[in-house]
Amino acid sequence: MKRFIGFIKKEFYHIFRDKRSLFILFGMPIAQVMLFGFAITNEINNVNIAIFDKSKDVTTQKIIDEITASKYFSNKQFITHQAEIESVFKRGKVKAVLVFEKDFSKKLTKDNLATVQIITDATDPNTANTITNYVSSILQKHQQQINKEIKTPYKIVPESRMVYNPELKSVFMFVPGVMTIILMLVSAMMTSISITREKELGTMEILLVSPLKPFQVIIGKVVPYIFLSIINAIVIVLLSIFIFKMPVQGSLFLLSFQSVLFIINALSLGILISTISETQQTAMMISLMGLMLPVILLSGFIFPISSMPVPLQIISHVIPAKWFIIILKGIMLKGVGITILWKETLILVAMTVFFIVLSIKKYKIRLE
Amino acid sequence: MKTIGYIIQKEFKQIFRNKAMLPLIFVLPLIQLIILSNAATFEIKNIKFSFVDYDHTSLSRELIDKFEASTYFNIVDSFSSEKIATSEMLKGNVDVILEIPQYFEKDLLKDKKTSLSVIINAIDGAAAGVENVYINQIIQNFNKNVSVNLLQPSDKKFLPKSIVSIPSFWYNKTLNYKTFMVPGILVLLVTMITLFLSGMNIVREKEIGTLEQINVTPIKKHQFIIGKLFPFWVLGLLLLTIGLIIAKLLFNIPIVGSIFLLYAYTSIYILVILGIGLFISNYTETQQQAMFIAWFFVVIFILMSGLFTPIESMPQWAQYLTEFNPIKYFVEMIRMVMLKGSNFTDILPLFIKTLIYAIVMNSLAVWSYKKTT
Repeated sequence: MKRFIGFIKKEFYHIFRDKRSLFILFGMPIAQVMLFGFAITNEINNVNIAIFDKSKDVTTQKIIDEITASKYFSNKQFITHQAEIESVFKRGKVKAVLVFEKDFSKKLTKDNLATVQIITDATDPNTANTITNYVSSILQKHQQQINKEIKTPYKIVPESRMVYNPELKSVFMFVPGVMTIILMLVSAMMTSISITREKELGTMEILLVSPLKPFQVIIGKVVPYIFLSIINAIVIVLLSIFIFKMPVQGSLFLLSFQSVLFIINALSLGILISTISETQQTAMMISLMGLMLPVILLSGFIFPISSMPVPLQIISHVIPAKWFIIILKGIMLKGVGITILWKETLILVAMTVFFIVLSIKKYKIRLE
Repeated sequence: MKTIGYIIQKEFKQIFRNKAMLPLIFVLPLIQLIILSNAATFEIKNIKFSFVDYDHTSLSRELIDKFEASTYFNIVDSFSSEKIATSEMLKGNVDVILEIPQYFEKDLLKDKKTSLSVIINAIDGAAAGVENVYINQIIQNFNKNVSVNLLQPSDKKFLPKSIVSIPSFWYNKTLNYKTFMVPGILVLLVTMITLFLSGMNIVREKEIGTLEQINVTPIKKHQFIIGKLFPFWVLGLLLLTIGLIIAKLLFNIPIVGSIFLLYAYTSIYILVILGIGLFISNYTETQQQAMFIAWFFVVIFILMSGLFTPIESMPQWAQYLTEFNPIKYFVEMIRMVMLKGSNFTDILPLFIKTLIYAIVMNSLAVWSYKKTT
């Protein structure tokens, strides 16, 4: 036991001596949470539009004013030829062009019908679709105003209630995701590198001939990183509560427990990576290239999993980050407890056990 | 020139000898391109929908049928009370609950007005907004039908004026997300591979101690750097090529613009990334430090590149920050040239900024590289 404690001490020294890595380990997650918490949103705002007004009368002017008054659009610019539409799109700044037909007011009063063409740059389908919806709803509102005197009989009025996030803040969606990604990548990367580093530098051989048992070596390697990651997790949670005003509806104790579980999960994945790679380069490529995009894309961090094709939904089940995001949102925003989250918790536990068992099996006591 | 040739030869040999790295460099990114491009969609469908019907009339049944018929909603279940329904929402089994009150039909016939309540899980605020729009559309259509069916002919005194909007989606008529995502993800993969490899390369020699050996040879600074970076430059262009072939053959992504322009831009762009990698390499002592820094920047570059979330929606200060993000330029360029067929003058501003970036980064990198330790 004394030997083991000595070994852990050695590991701590290693980490604390490398001031640069230490600074990176603590400074970067904070910087990232702050940056992403403020900057990332999947709302569509401030879209640049161009207007091609062929009639230039009172009604079109009114509609244009209504459109530019909304927060969704900014920087309108006017164009005067059909050919200009293509060129503004190609330069890439303008995302939509509204074309008002000739004699708009006249047609509206005479034929009761006038048309607006909404041309969008659909290389970004999400923005294109959303802009079309925004414009149509503004047009519809205008139409209702004109038709005020006609009241539509028989009306069903839906009253929508947005629960868990009534102000539709995108921070609520992204902060749990950012926390998950940072914990996952930092923890997995740190452990995978620290073990392969000993291999590459040749000091692993020394550790292996020492009286320490292989599992003690591994645990000794991981313990300091558990501490570091827990500190990171605490800092991130504090930031999200005090800076981003994220609520913690559920129990703080459960939140801490789940975070520790997830950290251990990520660390054991890191150990697994280190057992199958010989050089730091390989370890890092697996933990960076192999984990980064799948964790960002398949965890439900940005893109809704339920909209993905079925095979990908199945693949997403093996991403630990997906389950942790569900747990985080459950505890922080919905305020649910272990009675509801037991399934997700169990999956994380099972994955952790799986990673550990597999790394023990793959762990080689002898070097080739 | 001959010296550079030898260094390049050495580097290529090292890359191809490391059998564990080869699949990581060539196979992993391409598999990710093929699989993950399918994941990146903001389209909201398969919404987990449930309803509580306290009314049980033909009208309420008819309304629910309308939701059932919609392709956006998947009816999960019906619940007997709101309490049960909300507890299912807590468990994450449903995302939208439609509650039809008692006397729904009766009120409508008597007062000509009735209300419904809709509960939406709004953790993903943007998705909740879209879901709300879908629900309103269905109910509005239903309103119209009901009015037409119940209205007396005498009520149709005058027709309302209507403004019709005709949407047209250019460059991507079917609103296919893959068209948008595949080029972007390709950019990421090219960037990540070249940055990580170049960032680790020199620092690895430092850590193992072989850099000192090279430092005492007559190899000049610029020869060494060019020899080190050239293989990764080739690697980046090779990945781009394979990626473009996959995009064309597998995803059927149109390549409207000039391929030549695409390559011209990319060859400058990779220089920016290699410069960053070299710079990181010079300022770190171990591969671990180098990777942490590279990782830090890559995550920021990815998430603030406009690849997944729109840049226009970011706060102004964050938009200024994105000016320093090379991935942003590449993503913008590849989408403009590939999908819209923008020409050289259209992308000139991007081109110039990238060129300046490349010159600055590489001068910094060369300047900070010291042959003495």
